[in-house]
Amino acid sequence: MAKYAILIYEDPAFYENISPEAWPAVVDAHSKFVEQVFALGGSLAGGEALAPPTTATTIKGGGTVTDGPFVETKEALNGIYVIEARDLDHAVEIAKLCPAPAPGGGVEVRPVVDPTTNPF
Amino acid sequence: MRADAVAAALAQAHRSEWAFVLSATVRVAGDLDLAEECAQEAYVSALQAWTRGGVPERPGAWLTTAARNKALDRLRREVTLRRKLPLLVEPATVDPHDPADLDWPYAAVPDDRLRLVFTCCHPTLAPEARVALTLRLVCGVPTPDVARAFLVSEPTMAARITRAKKKISEARIPYRVPGRAELPERLDSVLTAVHLLFSTGHTAGQGDAPVREELCDRALHLARTLAALLPEQAETRGLLGLLLLTDARRAARTAEQGRLLLLGDQDRTRWDQRAILEGLTVTAGALASGPPGRFTLQAAIAGVHAMAPSLEQTDWPRVVHLYDRLLAVWNTPVVALNRAAAVAFADGPAAALPLLDELATDPRLADYPYLPATRADLLRRLGDAAGAAESYRRAMELTANAAERTFLEQRLAEVSRAAGAEPAPG
Repeated sequence: MAKYAILIYEDPAFYENISPEAWPAVVDAHSKFVEQVFALGGSLAGGEALAPPTTATTIKGGGTVTDGPFVETKEALNGIYVIEARDLDHAVEIAKLCPAPAPGGGVEVRPVVDPTTNPF
Repeated sequence: MRADAVAAALAQAHRSEWAFVLSATVRVAGDLDLAEECAQEAYVSALQAWTRGGVPERPGAWLTTAARNKALDRLRREVTLRRKLPLLVEPATVDPHDPADLDWPYAAVPDDRLRLVFTCCHPTLAPEARVALTLRLVCGVPTPDVARAFLVSEPTMAARITRAKKKISEARIPYRVPGRAELPERLDSVLTAVHLLFSTGHTAGQGDAPVREELCDRALHLARTLAALLPEQAETRGLLGLLLLTDARRAARTAEQGRLLLLGDQDRTRWDQRAILEGLTVTAGALASGPPGRFTLQAAIAGVHAMAPSLEQTDWPRVVHLYDRLLAVWNTPVVALNRAAAVAFADGPAAALPLLDELATDPRLADYPYLPATRADLLRRLGDAAGAAESYRRAMELTANAAERTFLEQRLAEVSRAAGAEPAPG
């Protein structure tokens, strides 16, 4: 098994404007996803939701501190999962189920470097 | 043994056995680069060994044994180093410390060519990387030749191939044939890569003629291999039929100085009748295997053309019908444009013009030279020389292909002469 990060990119405006009644559905979707990871033979090694990019602070070149995210884009990194999967096919199969309900949203799958097998 | 006979046997073994040798070695090496090095070394050592002892009865088996033994040697020597390298996902089924694995019968080597093809054409690789990897790994074409085929510099192509190989190992793209459920979709990615390989070779005016013909031959060989290895997947035969029927026109497609000849201007006696016969047979088999996919339907359309004695005597209603079915499984604006061109022959150019007007609003065709080129042809046939000239000029602005530009210039000159002969409006 190898670790993969699932990076969730969505328009943060979706969560700013979401009605209180719609929240439980979002939370349920993530709970269901976690169950599906295991049902598909994968496992969960971690995961966090991130506060909106308006709360971000960027430090470039180790010195200059500025307000805002590192890259300004419409879709921002809103959360990550770290899963364990057999291979990329398995990781993609799992990641297809990861919730990203905002219009235009989606996820990116990135292998996590394993320091014991990778000669970096 | 004579050196030239050995060289010829070796060249033949490279063309026909490379994929088998490499794919069987990957399973032992667990790493594409190591497997490639070992397979190349096996071909080098064959030159000496075969010159001394003659060409073996089964050159492919000899080469596979040699390559796998080299891989096993390297693994034993570098066992500590190897642990640090990312390995291909499907584990080696061979134990490098087991002497029994050094001497296995040829028949026991599983045919891993499909694994290799599916790995090279994995949908998580960029489409241009899939085609490049297929040429380099499945066909064994050296990187400088792959670069020449796609008209990019050698460092660019080397970087593209390295990046793709790195993704295969680091993102753990598995070395396996996909399961039944995902097979049709994954196969489509493979067939698309082979078709792109063929089209690159088939496009007139694109690079050197020998390089292009070599690409067409490689693509045909791959299509044959896929049809033989996956006969139950009708689309493999559909692709083979399509390539055979298209390639049958190879000799008739260009005139002097590579000038492009359209279907209607080709000397049909120069079409390769043997390839047509085989193409029609293969396509008929694919059509009889259930609902046809896009390659099978394209092959069926090529088949109608192949059987027609001339452009005028083509069964155009049948062509339009096949395009309708093609649009149902593969709805792209390019297919719709080709259908419109067929409608122009079945029902007359005036019937096709509204279809082109509709397609002109599709942003995906905004820079597509065949749209104004098709419009120009319809207007020319309707006698609207001025309108045709305007569309030919637009098509010339959009095409990057020298042979096509020459063709358009010639047509433009023809209609401009006709327009000049017309009485002034008013």
